[in-house]
Amino acid sequence: MTTTTDIAIVEAEAPERRRGWLDVVLDFCRRRPLGAIGAAIVVLMILVALTAPMIAPYDPLAIDFAAMLAPPGADHWLGTDAYGRDVLSRIIYGSQTALIVGFGAAFVGSTAGAVLGVGSAYFGGRVDLIVQRFMDIFISFPLIILALAMVAILGNTLPNLIIAMTAPMVPRCALVIRSSALSVREMPYVDAARAAGFSHARIILRHMLPNVMAPYLIMLTSFLGQAILLEASLSFLGLGVQEPTAAWGLMLRGAAVEFAETAPWMALFPGLAISLAVFAFNLFGDSLRDALDPKLRTG
Amino acid sequence: MNDRVSSGALLDVRDLRTEFTTGGGVVRAVDGVSWDVRAGETVALVGESGCGKSVSALSIMGLVARPAGRVAGGQILFKGRDLLELPEDDMRRIRGREIAMVFQEPMTSLNPVLTVGRQITEACEIHLGHTEAQARARAIEVLRLVGIPDAERRLRQYPHQFSGGMRQRLMIAIALSCSPDLILADEPTTALDVTIQAQILDLMKELSRSFGAATLIITHNLGVVARYADRVNVMYAGRIVERGTAREIYANPRHPYTLGLLRSVPRLDEPKRERLDPIQGQPPDLTRLPRGCAFAPRCAFAIERCRAEAPPLQSVGGSHLSACWVAQDLPQRSALSPQPSGDGEEIPSSRAQRGISR
Amino acid sequence: MTLAAADDVILEVRDLVKHFPVGGGGLFGGPPAVVKAVDGVSFAIRRGETLGLVGESGCGKTTTGRCILLLERPTSGQVIFEGRDLTTLSPAEIRIVRRKIQVIFQDPYSSLNPRMTVGQMLDEPMAVHGIVPERKARRERVRELLAVVGLLPSMVGRYPHELSGGQRQRVGIARALATEPSLIICDEPVSALDVSIQAQIVNLLENLQEQFRLTYLFVAHDLSVVRHISDRVAVMYLGKMAELTDRAALYAEPLHPYTQALLSAVPIPDPDVEARRQRTVLGGEVPSALNPPPGCVFHPRCPIAIDACKGAVPDCREVRAGHRVACIRA
Repeated sequence: MTTTTDIAIVEAEAPERRRGWLDVVLDFCRRRPLGAIGAAIVVLMILVALTAPMIAPYDPLAIDFAAMLAPPGADHWLGTDAYGRDVLSRIIYGSQTALIVGFGAAFVGSTAGAVLGVGSAYFGGRVDLIVQRFMDIFISFPLIILALAMVAILGNTLPNLIIAMTAPMVPRCALVIRSSALSVREMPYVDAARAAGFSHARIILRHMLPNVMAPYLIMLTSFLGQAILLEASLSFLGLGVQEPTAAWGLMLRGAAVEFAETAPWMALFPGLAISLAVFAFNLFGDSLRDALDPKLRTG
Repeated sequence: MNDRVSSGALLDVRDLRTEFTTGGGVVRAVDGVSWDVRAGETVALVGESGCGKSVSALSIMGLVARPAGRVAGGQILFKGRDLLELPEDDMRRIRGREIAMVFQEPMTSLNPVLTVGRQITEACEIHLGHTEAQARARAIEVLRLVGIPDAERRLRQYPHQFSGGMRQRLMIAIALSCSPDLILADEPTTALDVTIQAQILDLMKELSRSFGAATLIITHNLGVVARYADRVNVMYAGRIVERGTAREIYANPRHPYTLGLLRSVPRLDEPKRERLDPIQGQPPDLTRLPRGCAFAPRCAFAIERCRAEAPPLQSVGGSHLSACWVAQDLPQRSALSPQPSGDGEEIPSSRAQRGISR
Repeated sequence: MTLAAADDVILEVRDLVKHFPVGGGGLFGGPPAVVKAVDGVSFAIRRGETLGLVGESGCGKTTTGRCILLLERPTSGQVIFEGRDLTTLSPAEIRIVRRKIQVIFQDPYSSLNPRMTVGQMLDEPMAVHGIVPERKARRERVRELLAVVGLLPSMVGRYPHELSGGQRQRVGIARALATEPSLIICDEPVSALDVSIQAQIVNLLENLQEQFRLTYLFVAHDLSVVRHISDRVAVMYLGKMAELTDRAALYAEPLHPYTQALLSAVPIPDPDVEARRQRTVLGGEVPSALNPPPGCVFHPRCPIAIDACKGAVPDCREVRAGHRVACIRA
């Protein structure tokens, strides 16, 4: 009997595609410069948050009435606030809060939403119906109202804040992911996985979830921005992080409003920090989405 | 190209080159191709996906997607005018009016939110300047022609209320509504069931005869071509590799690719073979074509020259052309077909060929 | 209902019915409409043979395959695989049986997970089912599988989009082989491929069948390919079995008028033969499975229908040894 091996052996050259992580990083920078800029800012932000005690010129909580409302200058690069606290130091420490709360809430929220959305699409039928109606109820509340209610019930500790901000994100993410997952559900490779006798969890997590990566990353990055803003809003409304903790949203509040005209740096610089962080995460997220798509990776 | 009767050709494509710029480099989807269609005849472009047959049709219609794609050279003479030189306004008048197109997917080529009647009358009103009543009368007439019963009621319906075969009839009705001189049919029956395919092909053949319209049929299905076409152009990797009348091509293929295609398909009218005789290897990567003949890497008859120099399309007897250095030395198709005794026995020649190809 | 000697039957489908409810049941009540995708189909496959299942789109051939794979729950009927009725098994038992029944899909583009490499795709089923528990041995086995389907070992790290259609279909076949199945449902495995590749895949399937003693249910609409690969052929029309017999008998002497029309509609790549052929071109189209005609479902298009055909649903009866036809006029 002739075996088939002689028939079809295909073009011989098959480049070894073992690459070190450095190559991957360099490749990413070359192909997606914008994404690399975003990534650089994100990395910078993480570094700043980690090394805050070392790089901050002042104690963020130290009150110095002698230097109240000092404009940006040699002593205080970004000026001081109404209590004479150094704005730069507070922004540096504030990045910790922003990352923990923002990243934490966005990651937990969109991941839980994605699993729920994919699961809902995979099982379909009654499960899908119940999950969807439940989500509809949650979605009918505006983001901030739901978060407010959650904080009011749970109390405003940091973990509770994250949970409160996660709650309104989950159903939104689940809804978006579900619609993508519904088309993935119809793909023959999901049938193939079922026919191979794989468990539901394996099919959902390993076969379907990676294929909704694009909407997932879009949701994640947009939530990151929203979460930082939401944290700021909650702080602004007095329900988020409490004084005197350094938090960007908190810095926009109270005295910053009062002295907006005489001491604009109090609001300007934390505002810039928020915008920059949100912008960087969005840039990075978009490029990450493309970079993680095997179809675009080598194309 | 000595076979061209320059005066008789309705459509005369000369040295057409269409390119696409992709991430992997420039793809010459159509690479210097010349062919023609005479008034009233049916010509086929046959080949596999990526051979450039559909891009040829899009080039003629001026519908090559920009900016990635562009017609890089050549002429497309339609009734003596070069379509590539025409301004877009004039081109729009020719599209639909003088050259109509029938697409592969009857499901997606019709607009789901417009009534069927509107989709037919629209063209008549634009191109022929019909009044609404005239256009309606024309629509009913063409629906009857393509065998859609109860035309007046059907005009008010939407595409989803039609089955696949009926939708393809609709597409043909739309194409015919302005009495075009040339119909481009891109895989018109591929999406249809066998029994429906037969109906549609018979319909198209009959209509093109009664309307006197020439047809260019683009397909990968050799059976469809045999039943339907007067002349056949076989394409591979952006070039025409063989041309002739249907009879010449099928009875006496003079290019190894055509020969391979014909031999690889099991036929109902021949005894069952032990194994099929496939063409070896994979379809070509258009961004990395070999220097010589594009088919050489898969060809069982390739000689040194094939890898160095691309063969021109030249006559192998009258109007029968082949782009192959060894065209005259190829075995006959019948010699390779299993003869009645062949049931259950592998054909020796096929084994020999398998040995040759690595 | 025994169609073959019980000992060598690997799969028997008995009175398989699959109805899909559509719409209805909503605000205004009313019974939901039902698409009778498969409506009482019975057949058996012997170990080591290839049963071709042909018919036009919407005839229920794909749904039949999916019911055997338990990708769809049959509405009623039995699917008896190696002596056990799959429709009565628990989900845990089903997962074990699935190893033995595998599937090859039509579209090589959508049947491979775009986020997994070829190696991961072949490795996973072996790991999950504990067929090759050891990681290193599995890697070796993946390379073996690739070689078996005619691919180079260097393909393990590739993603599906880096492969051509034919190569992808080979990966799909290798994946099906990974769990060492005894029955493979081939759902139109070549119809999405280029003509020059189709023959390669058909030959590969035949060689694998010999090599591993596989049984195939070959679902297809291309009658020429089905004739080439099948030992017996079943023809379906609108959810029902029209004819089932040996390959030779079916193609030489089709008894059902639908089979005859189907065969005569297949174009033959030869203008001379085409010109000489007597063809029965069927009028009309396949009716909707939502509202199939009463009596014999084929009677509205049938060239030889008589009044009796409108009344009674014909049994798929055995008219000769091993030749079943659902036509009262056969």
